[in-house]
Amino acid sequence: MEQFDFSLVDWSRLQFAMTAMYHWIFVSLTIGLALIVAIMETVYVRTGNEEWKRLTKFWMIIFGVNFALGVATGIILEFQFGTNWSNYSWFVGDVFGAPLAIEGFMAFFLEATFIAVMFFGWNRVSKGFHLLSTWLVAGSVCLSALWILIANAWMQYPVGMQFNPDMARMEMINFWEVIFSPVAISKFFHSVASCWITGGVVVVGISSWFLLKKRHIEQARRSILVGAAVGLLGSALVMITGDTSARVVAQTQPMKLAVMEGLYEGTEGAPFSIVAFFNSTNNPERPYEHEQMALEIPKLLSLMSTHDFNAFVPGIVDLIEGNEAHGIMSAYERARRGQVAQNTLREMKDARDVNPAEYARLRALFNDDKWLNEYMIHFGYGYFYDEDINVFRQNVARLMPNVPLNYWSFRIMVGLGFLFIVVLAVLGWWAYKDRLEGKGRTCFYRLAIVSIPLVYICTWAGWIVAEVGRQPWAIQDWLPTFAATTSGMDTGSVKTTFFLFVVTFTVFLIAALKIIITQIKKGPKEG
Amino acid sequence: MFENMTHLALQQYWFVIVSLLGAFLVSLLFVQGGQSLIFRIGKSEKERNILIDSLTNKWELTFTTLVTFGGAFFASFPLFYATSFGGAYWVWILILFCFIIQPIGYKFRSKANNLLGAKTYEGFLFANGLLATILLGTAVATFFTGSQFEIVTNQAGTISSVWRGAARGLELAFDFTRYATFINLSLGLAVFCLARILGALYFINNVADKGIVKKAAQSVKVMTIPFLVFFLFFLVNILLKDGFAYDASGKVFMAPYKYLHNLIEMPIVAVIMLVGVVLVLTGIFFGAFKQSSKGIWFGGIGTIATVFALFLVSGLNNTSFYPAYGNYLQSSLTIENSSSSHYTLTVMSYVSLLAPFVIAYIWYAWKQMNRKKIDEVEDSGY
Repeated sequence: MEQFDFSLVDWSRLQFAMTAMYHWIFVSLTIGLALIVAIMETVYVRTGNEEWKRLTKFWMIIFGVNFALGVATGIILEFQFGTNWSNYSWFVGDVFGAPLAIEGFMAFFLEATFIAVMFFGWNRVSKGFHLLSTWLVAGSVCLSALWILIANAWMQYPVGMQFNPDMARMEMINFWEVIFSPVAISKFFHSVASCWITGGVVVVGISSWFLLKKRHIEQARRSILVGAAVGLLGSALVMITGDTSARVVAQTQPMKLAVMEGLYEGTEGAPFSIVAFFNSTNNPERPYEHEQMALEIPKLLSLMSTHDFNAFVPGIVDLIEGNEAHGIMSAYERARRGQVAQNTLREMKDARDVNPAEYARLRALFNDDKWLNEYMIHFGYGYFYDEDINVFRQNVARLMPNVPLNYWSFRIMVGLGFLFIVVLAVLGWWAYKDRLEGKGRTCFYRLAIVSIPLVYICTWAGWIVAEVGRQPWAIQDWLPTFAATTSGMDTGSVKTTFFLFVVTFTVFLIAALKIIITQIKKGPKEG
Repeated sequence: MFENMTHLALQQYWFVIVSLLGAFLVSLLFVQGGQSLIFRIGKSEKERNILIDSLTNKWELTFTTLVTFGGAFFASFPLFYATSFGGAYWVWILILFCFIIQPIGYKFRSKANNLLGAKTYEGFLFANGLLATILLGTAVATFFTGSQFEIVTNQAGTISSVWRGAARGLELAFDFTRYATFINLSLGLAVFCLARILGALYFINNVADKGIVKKAAQSVKVMTIPFLVFFLFFLVNILLKDGFAYDASGKVFMAPYKYLHNLIEMPIVAVIMLVGVVLVLTGIFFGAFKQSSKGIWFGGIGTIATVFALFLVSGLNNTSFYPAYGNYLQSSLTIENSSSSHYTLTVMSYVSLLAPFVIAYIWYAWKQMNRKKIDEVEDSGY
């Protein structure tokens, strides 16, 4: 592993994480608000009530500012796969490039065209065409999320592909498997529904501020009605897909599940831990050694991950040291086999021009299912291999993601998710009954306002579980993150661009907040 | 239907598509050209408002075309994507940076309490118009002049491309000890001048204000001479220089007059280029001397045709479209050694059938929108 420059890896990861998290702030609200705005405009068109048009236009300002930042941060993300992750693009571009290109073809043009109608078409096109445009924007932002999440899901659960030894890369062999992978489906609905929660919480929160200030009462009520409905719909969908996700993760990424549950030793009838405190013993060769205090619900984790109270759920120790009784191979054995696969690939290439017989023999192995299942499926683990098991042990911590970070992120996500359900349901109910101005309401208004920053922490926490939880893999079991960076890149350039982007995005975020707050203070135009 | 095509035919098909997207992109850089003119034509706040308003609902189209161009290149020639973006790092980062500040410039400029002030956001638009055009043109020129990178096999048997240029791509624009740098920059400057011409032609078409139209026509005149100088310098140089060719075994070699031969051996491409140049000149004439709204159509379509032909010359007919020069010649990328698999290209080819549909709805939406000219700033939903 000494050939890898880990400072470059860390800076590249930091840059990607930073741009992704910034991007997500804007994307989540864009997707959520697009739907809310579309619903409001629909009410306007159906009732002809100008109040709803003013409301639509008010939320559209926030949508627009937000959208611009989503676009600005998004372009960096798309090209970052090339600039900072060139080896990744080389290795999986044949599969990964397609959804990205389709996103452009299918979603971005739709978005770009009809967002112009949405903002500039009020007096230029018919009411019906304008409404259609708004819905097309609301649909196209979901469509773009769909394709990028398919791409992301494929990294977590690579299907529909096979390794081509001649090109030394992954190649797509079944497009439908890629787009209908179970991970892609649950990820898409889970993420998009979470955006609806974000939209709902932001709209309800801002409206609560109006109520607190006793301004725009009727418009606030209407906004809360739509916002809470969208947010609650999102919450219901998030819970259903969250349940599916748990089972999919248990099947496809057992290490992620073990880490997010802080499950060190696997067991049958595994408990779900509500809170736990881990104390690592700081033994680099046994990174999973720890002391733990936990409050647990018996058997719940087994139920969540398999729908069976007594099923075995492997822990971190099982996945690294192996567990013969449950047919889990040790990481060292996987690394050894991966190394065999990597050596075969290299020797095949070396033999190509000098020893045709040897080349043919080695090339044939890549078509031999038995050999592929014995060695090739461990290809990515080969990067961790060292003949000296003690050297391997020194690096073994790289095979497991950070436990407390994932464990707590997951709990923050779930806990806040339930808080939002309460806030949205209560305020939504009062809005529906037109009882928003009664006694004892102000603490709920305040809670709704505080929920605005919390909803971002919630969705970020979700992405931390998804992305930090799958480390060390860029492509699960095939390509570790540290082998995915750009070869020969100097860390200084990545550091410089990191700071360039972080400063730029932060300045723009502050400007956006100032603009949005100014607009909120002005409020919707009164009729 | 696509699945029965040979791999080479699919590679050619996709190089044609990527070339078309690149051609549309350069043509749509009229937005950038227009942005670079906001201070020149827009002397008063009111005039600048009209100009920016006229561009403000078009920039997304250019932006999206750039993103799709990148995405399509990634899907069809992933090894180019990995090599160029990871290699010429700083060139691409600067280009991307220009496109980060652009949406912000448009959306924040006219908002109250926008932190940096309208002038700063106008500065963003100007910077995007100036730098993005020059850098994109310079980057495309390296399709003809080459870069320094090497394809290596790693310990794991996987492949990486490693950039060997001195300054992560910036050497392509600033290494003046190499003659090719002048060719690169000349295309960059030609694209900049052309974008300005197209931007001015667009204003003539889209803006009703007489004063602005007059100044825009003047700008077309002013930019025509430098455009022709830079473009002809580039064109003559590449037609006379050795080109990066490859033989049936994939071996890359320098062939004298390769690009000139490509034009002769692919006469249809030569015709497209010729027609394109004539259309651009016609557009300039209509704009500069007649102040006619037809100028942008001639100029825009002419640009598409010319740039399309240039891209085709760079990569078809056994030519390496992303060459590595000098010691690294054998690392050069061709449509055959850098493309996606037959399966992926087939899938993407079916996706490409969406293109006419996309163009149709864009056309329809804008027909609905453009029923009146912009003469003053309108209510854009605040």
